[in-house]
Amino acid sequence: MSVEDTNDNKKNSRRQFLKNGLIAGAGVVAGGSLLASYVDKSVPASGEKVKVLTTEGELVEVDKAQIHSPRVSIKESHNGIPGRKFVMVIDLAKCKNARKCVESCQKGHHLPKSQEFMKVYLLQDSEKSAPYWFPKPCFHCDNPLCVSVCPVGATFKRSDGIVLIDNERCIGCKFCMTGCPYSTRVFAWKDYPEFAEDKEPYSPEASSPGKEGTVAKCDFCPDLVRIGKLPYCAQNCPMGVIYFGDIDEDTVTNGSETLRFSELIRDRSGYRYLEVLGTRPSVYYLPPVERQFPVERGFNDLEESVKNRFKTTPYGKTHKL
Amino acid sequence: MENKDTKEKLLREFAPQLEKTSSATLIWILFLLGVIGWGVYAFITQVTQGHIVTGMRDNVVWGIYIVNFIFFMGMSYAGAIVSGTLHLFRTEWRKPIIRMAEYLAIISLLIGPGYILLCIGRLDRLYYLALFGRIQSPITWDVIAISTDIFGCLIFLYLSILRDIASLRDFSELKIPAWRKKIYSVLALGYTGTPEQEQRLRRATDIMATMVIAIAIIVYSVLAWIFSVTLQPGWHSTIFGPYFVIAAVYSGTAVLIIAMWVFRKVYHLELHITRKHFVAMGVVMVVLAALFGYFTFSDYLTKWYGSEKNDESLIKILFTEYYWPFIFSNYIGVLIPLLVVGIPKLRTITNISLSAIVVIVALWFNRYLIVIPTLESPYLPIQDSRPEWANYSGTWVEFALMAAGVALFCLLYTLASKFVPVMNVSEMSETPKTESPQIFKAEESLL
Repeated sequence: MSVEDTNDNKKNSRRQFLKNGLIAGAGVVAGGSLLASYVDKSVPASGEKVKVLTTEGELVEVDKAQIHSPRVSIKESHNGIPGRKFVMVIDLAKCKNARKCVESCQKGHHLPKSQEFMKVYLLQDSEKSAPYWFPKPCFHCDNPLCVSVCPVGATFKRSDGIVLIDNERCIGCKFCMTGCPYSTRVFAWKDYPEFAEDKEPYSPEASSPGKEGTVAKCDFCPDLVRIGKLPYCAQNCPMGVIYFGDIDEDTVTNGSETLRFSELIRDRSGYRYLEVLGTRPSVYYLPPVERQFPVERGFNDLEESVKNRFKTTPYGKTHKL
Repeated sequence: MENKDTKEKLLREFAPQLEKTSSATLIWILFLLGVIGWGVYAFITQVTQGHIVTGMRDNVVWGIYIVNFIFFMGMSYAGAIVSGTLHLFRTEWRKPIIRMAEYLAIISLLIGPGYILLCIGRLDRLYYLALFGRIQSPITWDVIAISTDIFGCLIFLYLSILRDIASLRDFSELKIPAWRKKIYSVLALGYTGTPEQEQRLRRATDIMATMVIAIAIIVYSVLAWIFSVTLQPGWHSTIFGPYFVIAAVYSGTAVLIIAMWVFRKVYHLELHITRKHFVAMGVVMVVLAALFGYFTFSDYLTKWYGSEKNDESLIKILFTEYYWPFIFSNYIGVLIPLLVVGIPKLRTITNISLSAIVVIVALWFNRYLIVIPTLESPYLPIQDSRPEWANYSGTWVEFALMAAGVALFCLLYTLASKFVPVMNVSEMSETPKTESPQIFKAEESLL
């Protein structure tokens, strides 16, 4: 299936091409599902129509906002989305710690306040170097130690690069949490009430509903990607800090601008965090040069408990937070 | 060959241990059961309310439970290695104390793995380890290794108490209920001490003694690798395997000395367990103290000297927040036995036992310092306003379960000593073989 099949009457701008490319990918995996399960009429229509391919090979026009991904089964979730290799680029120059990535992620995954799949750190590499805000999702490493150490195969690496957790399989030994050098994983220390808010069946692709006594983490939102949406963090960042895309297609988008991944990394000196550890992350960072905001802006409108997190950082100490 | 008269005499002497339970012992057992009951209550609390009742959080995901796991497993390996080695070398002074080492091996091995189960969030899915086990995971290595170890140690213990069980079956003066006699006669497997049986048993025991030493080294290395295969600063160390093995035998030797001291007092074994035995075990402890100190020094020296940023912050935490536990476990815990056993004047039973207590506590803290500060200083700095998420401290649930484990250990040891004497009667009634004169002399000069 070519992208043209779904876009033949759309203006073929690069941006549209890319955004809908994700939808085209979804059609492949959805084989066997009925179109009806992809449309959620309870969501207000946006008016923006897109064409999707049904399993019968028909092109059907549906409202973009109403596309809804039925969660794939646990078994299906082990297979990556065919022909994809996902990548994330985080532009540190634009981050002002608005925490919309954290909040939307928590809402989308029905997480309690104490569980953050996305965390925003205030880092300062050395005493004289400048502090900067550092959003940190799961790095979906290509050499993931968490996957190696799992004794029951509850966490797995897919062909599309995504590392997921099956919380129906997880025994909660937490070995993956010590295996991960990036403190990415969180544990359900009790049965949080937020878990019950999600009435849909569990799927590792949605990482929801959560389950007491199991491990969870950022999942790159493959359930959203299947229907052509960006992960919650990328969708909701007011600054467009987070770009998401496909490394083989060499494109990433933050929803408003779509860029060539290789050019972005080349022009902005993109790098991966702690490359020295050999984990080969799928998340790249653009260094905080020519920043759009001073770092202090990140303290605006912060909840007291969040602000207090940074009290013990070198920056927090010198600036008496 | 066994000397029949000596054996009868010994059996007569030890019979009261098996026949009677004094009211003091009864109170002791009830007390232990009470502590275990407290642990059961804590366990129920943890299961019903979730792991939130422990001090563990997303940064420090393993706490006192894993420390106790390492500790009990270490005692077990020490029991196995000490009893196996003493048996294989036919060391003459082993006879009164080898049974205690064997008990130590198996009893702590039955308790240790329980602590890793307490770390598991979903015990209802424990069988997944067998159902979906992946050989790539060091946890699977551990499951295989520990279950092999349990079987090995049980067989080794059984082989070495077999002769005593047969003796108890044949000892008509023993005043115990008929059902207990029945157990002895079933467990004795028809052993009567014919030369052929004796030879077979000896060969089997020798094989198992060799096996348990090998298994113990493998199992404890696997346990160490659970930590060192990760990338965490402070754990990612090549010497962790041998370091853990040495630390294990060191702490276990100290526990054995305490067991000797307690049983000597309780069962009045002053004639059999003498200063000679304490000094001999003390010497073993000193050798291990030196090795342990050497490994500890090597590990921290390399971390400190050419330190990466994260090693540096770990060392800083160890020398500030954990200053006293660090000094205690890695300096005092090494120097005390060196001084006490090293200076002839200080080499008394009480002193050696006291230094053994110091070693046990020091080694417990040593494991604590390996596990917790590392988890408190990850690559990405912990930025959390909730103190309990940034720093670990155990809760009553964890301490209750720790106390319950120690109580269960004492209880099983007490009960085991009521079933078969804590001394190897059969071996003690053997006339000593003539040993190679040089070794004998070397031993004598030390004692």
